[in-house]
Amino acid sequence: MKKISILLAVVLIGGTVFFFSSKFRRKPPSSPFHPSRLVIKGSDTEVQLVSNVAELFSKGNPGADIRVTGGGSGVGIASLLNGEIDIANSSRAISDKEIEQAKSKQMNIREFRLARDGIAVIVHPENPIQQLTLEQVGKIYKGDVANWNMVGGTNGAISLYGRQTTSGTFVFFRDFVVKAEYASSMRNMEGNQAIVDAVKEDQKGIGYVGIGYIKDAQGQSRKDIKVIPIVVVAGQQPVSPLNKEAVQKGEYPISRTIFQYIASTPKSGSLLEKFLRFEVSTEGQTAVEQSGFYSLAQSDSAKNQLFFETIK
Amino acid sequence: MRTWKFTKHLNFTAERLSYNVSRLFAATTVLLLVGIFLFLTITGIGTFRHVPFGEFFLGTNWNPTAYQQQSWGILALVVGSLIVSSLALVFAIPLGFAIALYLSEVASPRKREILKPLVETVASVPSVVLGLLGLIVFAPVIARLFHVSSGLNALTASFLVGIIAVPTIASICEDALRNVNMKFREASMALGATKWTTIGKVVVPAAVSGITAGVMLGFGRAVGETMIVLMVAGNSRAFPTSFLSPVRPMTATIAIDIKEAVVGTLHWQSLFAIGLVLFIVTFFLNFIADIILHIRKV
Repeated sequence: MKKISILLAVVLIGGTVFFFSSKFRRKPPSSPFHPSRLVIKGSDTEVQLVSNVAELFSKGNPGADIRVTGGGSGVGIASLLNGEIDIANSSRAISDKEIEQAKSKQMNIREFRLARDGIAVIVHPENPIQQLTLEQVGKIYKGDVANWNMVGGTNGAISLYGRQTTSGTFVFFRDFVVKAEYASSMRNMEGNQAIVDAVKEDQKGIGYVGIGYIKDAQGQSRKDIKVIPIVVVAGQQPVSPLNKEAVQKGEYPISRTIFQYIASTPKSGSLLEKFLRFEVSTEGQTAVEQSGFYSLAQSDSAKNQLFFETIK
Repeated sequence: MRTWKFTKHLNFTAERLSYNVSRLFAATTVLLLVGIFLFLTITGIGTFRHVPFGEFFLGTNWNPTAYQQQSWGILALVVGSLIVSSLALVFAIPLGFAIALYLSEVASPRKREILKPLVETVASVPSVVLGLLGLIVFAPVIARLFHVSSGLNALTASFLVGIIAVPTIASICEDALRNVNMKFREASMALGATKWTTIGKVVVPAAVSGITAGVMLGFGRAVGETMIVLMVAGNSRAFPTSFLSPVRPMTATIAIDIKEAVVGTLHWQSLFAIGLVLFIVTFFLNFIADIILHIRKV
């Protein structure tokens, strides 16, 4: 009897472990690829934006069930590669490594452009700094410039705030501004809002957030943080991320396109295609602006057009 | 005669059955533990095919999503975990022990009836709520008190983790104190000792193994806490230099990184290896606590 009970327990545990480990490897059966359901996951920067667009879309398409969650761009792309979702929101372009992983899983990842975003560099409102060059911002985050008095501020060690490694903003800012490893002293925060909350409490703090987070609920720029205009080339005028045209045209240096990735070319007439088309419609792009982002530039729209032409 | 025999037989079978069912469930718990251990080991062990043991345990830089050079050292994370949980004990031991002393030796039975469940309720406060409180209330206060620019550091985290560990310590210490035989107290009083002398010289020394076990279990609870450290410990990669440094404990690292790790990659495996380290640490803390509890049973 003792042997039997132990044997039974072994089978039970073995089964549980096997069940869960197999669940990790395979697609969960319930979630994506349902004809009237879209599961969207990824960039925290995009969550609110895509939710707003999805809500508008659902009004015109009752019965469509669209679920949007965050977690970070890396999370979204990882989930897409793991076959768990329909659309991955990503505030950075997919990496070569991720494309390779997709290829090894026989996936033909497609890229779609949703909006333009600027990343604002923010400091405490009492910080006397008026502008920074792109190079200075990079050096600050690299750790080469560790005191505010080295960039014309008052004496005091700079405390760095950034996102976590899962964040597309983290990767984008590192690859385009820092162009090296972040200083290891940087605090890794849970989200854009967490950075805003930390910087408004920290007189020596500096942070970077999507432009959606430097405006208050009324669309006015917030008073409890200060947005630093960026000088691209020494001697030229600084450019603020609050300037829409500069962000759209890429004149504001820390600006980017907001992407969405899908695992394969959508089928013609599918919910997925309808949703993507809605996102870049006038109505969709108005929602983009209302969510604190800038609408797509001409060049981006042209690339989307090429994407739509491949749908048969 | 026949019926009697039958009923007896039936009773006997039912008794055997329930006995064996309960034994089965007991075995299940043990095997579940073994199952978790094996799962973590099998998944995590792949890490060491690519990362040498020495680099994993002694490397001070954890950076699997690096700009150029990936690195896989968990020492900074282990030290982060230890700083937060040891400091948490500095807050939790005096408080937990004082509560236990009060409940066991001072409070009237009526007060104890009310207070004990209240203390235990603290254990059921969701840690995310404490984290939120820390983020908004404690972090700015600590920043001002210690003249540092940000309160998101090891000290703030350990203060909150300490709150989580108090009920564990209080509850087990109180059990230990109350388990001390009444005769000890009576004998001490009979020799003319005051109540506090009795507590200090007789009751506490007699309960010391239980108290130590409570502290160990509290430590285990603190090491495993995830949400609070994720929210308020600051989570920077730098090796902590003081208790005002931002730290990134092992639990927070797993919680942050697992979301982006593609299943089966080295990054994914290495997180399970960290999970294994955590599991072994908490397992041994519990194990030692159990041994201590049994050594000096009075």
